[in-house]
Amino acid sequence: MSTFVLLTVTGLGLGAMYFLIASGLSLIYGLMGVLNFAHGAFLTVGAYSTWWVSTHVGGGAGTKLLVGAVAGLAVGAVLAGLVELVLIRPLYRRPVEQVLVTVGLALALGALVEAIWGFDSRPFPVPAWMIDTTTVLGARIPNDRFVEIACAALVLGGLTAFLRFTRYGLIIRAGVENRAMVTALGIDVRRAFTLVFALGGLVAALAGVLSGVYFGAVDPGRGTSLLIFAFIVVVIGGFGSIGGTAVAAVVVGLIQQYANYYASSGLGDLAVVLLLALVLLARPHGLSPKVAH
Amino acid sequence: MRKRLALAVPLVLLAVLAVVPQLSVDVPLVFNGSLDSPGTLGLLALCLVFAGVALTYDLLFGFTGLLSFGHALYFALGVYLTAIALTKWEWGLVPSLLVVAAAGILVPLLLGAISLRVGGIAFAMVTLAFAQAGQVLVQKNPGNLTGGEEGLGLNYDAIPDALVGVVNTKHLYWLALAYAAFVFVVVRWAVGSSPGHVLQAIRENEQRVEVIGLSPFRFKLLAFVLASFLATLGGVVWLLVLGTGATPQVTTANFTLTLLVMVVIGGAGTRYGALLGGFLYTLLDQRLGSLAGSSQVQDLPNVIRTPLSEPLFILGTLFVLLVFFVPGGLASLGGRLRHLRRSAGLEGGAR
Repeated sequence: MSTFVLLTVTGLGLGAMYFLIASGLSLIYGLMGVLNFAHGAFLTVGAYSTWWVSTHVGGGAGTKLLVGAVAGLAVGAVLAGLVELVLIRPLYRRPVEQVLVTVGLALALGALVEAIWGFDSRPFPVPAWMIDTTTVLGARIPNDRFVEIACAALVLGGLTAFLRFTRYGLIIRAGVENRAMVTALGIDVRRAFTLVFALGGLVAALAGVLSGVYFGAVDPGRGTSLLIFAFIVVVIGGFGSIGGTAVAAVVVGLIQQYANYYASSGLGDLAVVLLLALVLLARPHGLSPKVAH
Repeated sequence: MRKRLALAVPLVLLAVLAVVPQLSVDVPLVFNGSLDSPGTLGLLALCLVFAGVALTYDLLFGFTGLLSFGHALYFALGVYLTAIALTKWEWGLVPSLLVVAAAGILVPLLLGAISLRVGGIAFAMVTLAFAQAGQVLVQKNPGNLTGGEEGLGLNYDAIPDALVGVVNTKHLYWLALAYAAFVFVVVRWAVGSSPGHVLQAIRENEQRVEVIGLSPFRFKLLAFVLASFLATLGGVVWLLVLGTGATPQVTTANFTLTLLVMVVIGGAGTRYGALLGGFLYTLLDQRLGSLAGSSQVQDLPNVIRTPLSEPLFILGTLFVLLVFFVPGGLASLGGRLRHLRRSAGLEGGAR
């Protein structure tokens, strides 16, 4: 029983990270039709910025992590916003080129991080209380899992509230439904594009910080490896749907953990791929209809 | 006349490339040694292999309009299955190649039939996921077959002596050239045939093809299996040319992305463009690394030197610039230059 609880909470923690990456991807694709391959690079850059700043400030691990995380999130948001303004915006009429540019950017940024900080992983500042365990139903669970789940829940709540109750949220929801109509109504949907990109970059950087805490270190390949599972989550959840993405992220995280433990190590990844194939064959458009809510 | 010219160009190109191993000419900056030195020939062979593999990807992406993110899987199938059959099972070369060829048809037939049930971005994601499954399989090293992250060394006993060793690099070069030429001929034939016309029609407007009464699924599957099979062959040739064994890098999603980059650099939907893109990308990827180690670059300030030390950074940046400013890839440059010259001539300028 205790193992099951531990696996469940760990799976939820993993799902939380998948959700953070996938929610940005899903919104960007849903609104703009851009499959953003550079999203993993936003994550990696955000995580490295956090690590770099944390090595340059004093104080305990908690302070270092907090200050670093604030800087990392800012870098992620600014980087993503700039990418949209400078690289994506001039190519609005050319959707294939937009994807290609994000591919090139993903390769270049990944290589740049490797060139500056090397291939080896860098230890992340993790406060002692996050490494400590809490006993839940007989299972000793590292506290950082709860932090990850709480962050993802906050983002889920925040994003849902933003989409539902603000004017920009309304524009984004309408844009996902029918971009041409929103433009025809005289609303400059391009500002929403930049906003969605910056938001996606911010949340991806948050995922980077949390993955640093989860694994205790950050390495240049982190973004790419998480990105592939985030893609799977986005497809299963249905493009443009935050709720669907959240459900899919939890399902994928849990299946991965259970299969890795109960079947054999490595089978979790294969099980997720199988799940994706099954979902696509049964419902080619993912679990939810294409509506952001 | 035009038809004869269209046939003459590739034949002359092939003849020129075939005599390269006999030329002891120095090409400064581009190559370290003379053209007939083993180092240069090995590099050229690698470039030719990727020219061919890029063309197989172009058959999918450029000619049929299928954006696959899992092409690495079929290349890796050729690399790993050959290495496993030769090294772990200790089979001879011929039975190994037969099994690889069979797998090179059956695996894409099965996976293609599944992934082609969806189209567009969903297709891209399913192929990405299957390739990811392949990568996981190689990483997990089932039954100690794949060697996991270490990769798998190659057992040379079963390989003919003419293809082993530094002395025989020119044979490997010819093998790579033969592969690139073979892919070129097959793709040319496939695109020119009547199924090939249907493929291009699918790229332009799939619905219309369906309305005419043809089943796009079958034609897309045909293109998928053909491209994948040729990529599997490319994996075999790559394994022999490199001569060191299988490495897990060929299973990664980044490997497929580099194929995409090669095709777009050269010009998607053009045979020469894809060949050129694969060739140039590989050449730059290999040579930029040693350029970064040269004294001129080492003396530069850190801010410039650090990014230059990563070939992939330069190539990625170059790629983004090309997408922006040369949308048709390098293949479109010839036409543009002609256009420029003509318009300059019309204005009466004597430039």
